[in-house]
This record gives sequence, structure tokens and C-alpha cells, in this order.
Amino acid sequence: MAQIDDFLWTYQNLLASLGVNGLLALSMYVVLAIGQLSLGQAAFMGLGAYASALLTLKLDAPFPAVIAASMLVPAAVALVIGAPTLRLSGVYLALATVSLGEILRVVLVESDLTGGALGLSGIPEKAGLPLIFACLALALVAFTLICRSRIGRAMEAIREDEIAASASGIDLPAYKMAALVASAMLAGLAGALNAHISSFISPNEYGFDAAVTILSFALLGGIGSPFGPVIGAFILTLLPELLRPLHDYRLVVNGLIIVFAVLFMPHGLLVWPIGRIGAKA
Amino acid sequence: MTRPLLQISGLSVRFGGLTAVDRLDLTVEAGAIHGLIGPNGAGKTTAFNLIAGAVRRSAGEIRLDGAPVEGLPPYARVRRGLARTFQNIRLFGEMTALENILAGMHTRLKGSLFEILLRPDKTRRVERDAVTEARALLDFVGLAAVARRRAGELSYGDQRRVEIARALAAAPKLLLLDEPAAGMNPAETRALSELLQRVKARGVTVLLVEHDMGLVMRLCDKITVLNFGRKIAEGAPREIRADRQVIEAYLGAESAHALASP
Repeated sequence: MAQIDDFLWTYQNLLASLGVNGLLALSMYVVLAIGQLSLGQAAFMGLGAYASALLTLKLDAPFPAVIAASMLVPAAVALVIGAPTLRLSGVYLALATVSLGEILRVVLVESDLTGGALGLSGIPEKAGLPLIFACLALALVAFTLICRSRIGRAMEAIREDEIAASASGIDLPAYKMAALVASAMLAGLAGALNAHISSFISPNEYGFDAAVTILSFALLGGIGSPFGPVIGAFILTLLPELLRPLHDYRLVVNGLIIVFAVLFMPHGLLVWPIGRIGAKA
Repeated sequence: MTRPLLQISGLSVRFGGLTAVDRLDLTVEAGAIHGLIGPNGAGKTTAFNLIAGAVRRSAGEIRLDGAPVEGLPPYARVRRGLARTFQNIRLFGEMTALENILAGMHTRLKGSLFEILLRPDKTRRVERDAVTEARALLDFVGLAAVARRRAGELSYGDQRRVEIARALAAAPKLLLLDEPAAGMNPAETRALSELLQRVKARGVTVLLVEHDMGLVMRLCDKITVLNFGRKIAEGAPREIRADRQVIEAYLGAESAHALASP
């Protein structure tokens, strides 16, 4: 037991990152699964992180309420962004979500309430590893159930051909909005959990770099099943640690792995799509 | 027998200065196979897209079973009983033939998000029943053998059949077919004709936009002829075949000969 405690204590930060990044990968997955591209996952995460940290620090709100707020705030922002952009096809959602990230960064840096560029510190450690991994497991179970149902099939249909999906009676606007809102809520939850385990947050953590990293989780793992992006997140979180002996070159190796993965494994590492009920019969 | 299922009155659509469909009146009787023909650019496909909801009308009214459907997006019209196929087949190519049919059943499958998350047993039952029904539909179009094959790798004729089965999966009152015989060889066209007879026997009304005159004349109970966005003739196949205006103004002398000996 002592050895396990030792291990957990030494690697607590890394393990927490695995769980948080797994949730972020799933939040990316929901949007990609219906053929949309959002680059706002980091911003949604930041909204959740700041909303939860402020509620805890300034109002001393109970933790369950804090977690709920960390999901509702990004969800509301997703509704506002989604309404005008999801009607259009193509890159509009990607552009709008990139802008969201930039706006959020500027607001966070300029505002006194959020501690400016220094961020917020001294956030109590209310989220432990068990909670983080319970959230991840719950999200994975939920996505697996959805994937295997008619909703998962409709999402795949939208990803393949929106016009044919609409002609099959699938309510495109509702699906796109629901996916974006669910994605924002998951990212917000990840942000709140991260804030309440690392005790410190700053505007830099939620910029464009982070958005691209989250996208690369899903690209590496593949979006044929919800497990793909989570595996991608685990690999890309562990990799920098394993490559630590390479010092500064590890980022180069990291980048090369992503490039090769996209070039030679366009469907991601996990190429087996999830089986739907009865499909094997 | 003569209950009107689809009623169109004064339907017009303008793209800039071009009037693609001009004050079209059209009534499709329930249980019939109704043909919509005309030369290239006559406005057939535009009229078809207006009915399916892919194009917005400039003026006029479209009623399905007495209820107006204009303003409804395509997916909402499916719920009202309108299903369609596409001129350039649009299947979900990466899915199996069976999954394509199941996607077509989307509006009829029960189970909210909460039921899916909280009642996996119930979802499993719903999906199992759906698979049984989807297999029956594939069997109906003669494709039971390829249920597990990827739709994208099926032959052209088989893809057409999968698409028709996917449209039937929505249990439509009116099936809209956009040039289903396009690109088919004579044997495939004969098989298609036989399939559409069986669709009619199921009680599904069919509106058919088609270039293959032989197929249209053989199959349709009633034919509407468009030219330059306007209706120039309407009637039973033998009336259309004998209509001088149709023959001269639209079909031309060569086709007139072909029609005289179908």
C-alpha cells in the first residue's frame, strides 16, 4: 500500500492531467463526430475553470454547485455562438470558436476580477483523482451508449452527408447545437476539475496552443469510437514525460509523431468503429 | 381511390431573372405513380426540390394530405410523410447497407437521450426490432444478401435500390424519386420498373421525375409534362403519347417515332 501511495503522490499531477485531457478529448470528439470543427475547446475549458474558481474563491459556493456552474456557463456561451454559425456549413464554427478564445484571453488578462495576467491562485484542492476518473468513466459509458443507439447512427450520418441525413429526417440544427453544447459542458467540467486540483489557473493555459493540442488528441486517436480520442489524449500526455531525457528536442519528436499519425493513419490509432446493437447479427 | 395526396397550386420559384417553375398546379392522387417529365432545363428537378424542401418557393402552396408543408425544412417534411432519393445517389458510403436503412428509419425509432442513457435494455430491444424491419426492407428491394456490405462498395444499381429502401424506411405517404433509372442498363431498368410496381402495391404513392420515356409510359398512371417551368400537358400515358403539343413542342420528331412504337 505504501508503494501505491508513493506512486500516487509522485505522479498525482500527471495522473490528473490524464483524466482532464481525457475529458477534453471527449469534448472534442462530440463535435468532430457530427463533422464539425471547433477550435474553442480550450476557451470553453477556460470559461469553466474561471467560473468555478471565482465561485469557490469569492463566494465560497458549495462544490457541487461550482461544478454545475462550470458546465452551464460554457453551455450558455456555446448557445450564443452556435445559433448564428451552425446554420452555415464549412469553417464558420471553427472561425467563431477561434475568435472566442482570443476574446476570452483578452478579457481575462484585462479584468481585475480574474486576476489579470497573473491568474487566480490558492484555489482549494476539492477535486481529487477519484472524482476526475469517475467523471471520465461516466462520460465514456454515456458516449458508448449513445454511439450504439439511433442517436449515434444519426451523428455518423450527419458526418457522412448532411443533405442525405436531412432527407432521412434527421434534425440537423438540433443535433449540431446539442453536440456543441455537450462539448462545451464537458470542456467546462474539465476546466473546473483542473482548477480545483492544480490550485492555480492563468489565461495562458486556454489559448490557441491548447485548442490545437486538444484537437490533436482526437486526430491521433481517431473518431471511430469515443475511446480513440481518450487513448490519443493519454499518449500525448504521457509522451512528453517519456521523452524527458531528450530535453528540448522532445517537442520536436512530439510534433513529428502527430504529423506521421495524420499522414499515415488518417483514421487515427483506434481504427475499429464501435459496434452498434444488432449490427453484427 | 381519387383522394388527392399532394396538392400544388400556383407554385413559382425565381432565381434572379429566371423563373424556373412558373405557376405550377399539380395534384398527385393517393396510390398512384405520377410521372413528371420534360426536356433538360424544364424545371422538373427544381419542382422536385421545392416539394422535398431543398429549395424555397417564391410563391404558391404545397399541401401534403391537406396540410401545408412550405417553410418546413427537408427533415421536418420526412416526418409529414415525404421521403426522397437523389439523382446522383447519396448514400452513407462508409456505413453498411443495413445501417443506411436504419438511418432512414430514424424518425420512427423510439428512445430519447435519457432513455438511451438510463434504459440500455429498452434501447437494445428497440434496435433489435429495427434491425429485423430493416432486413425485411432490404429483402423487399432484393438486397438481403448484401446487408453487411459497405454501401459505398455496392454496384450502381444496388446503390439505387438501397437508396429507395432507405426512403421507404421512413414509411412515407409520398415517395419522391429523382431520375431513378439514370445510368441504368435495360435489365436494371426493367428490374426497377418491377420494384416500383411493388412499391405501389405497398400503398406508397410515387412521384417520379424521369428521362427514360419507356419506363415512364409503362409505369405511370398519370403524367405531367413541363417545359420552360410551365405545365404544357397532363394525362394518362396514352393521352400524353398522342398529345401533338407534347410531341412537337417538346419531344421532337425523333422521339415521336420512338413513342409510337414503345
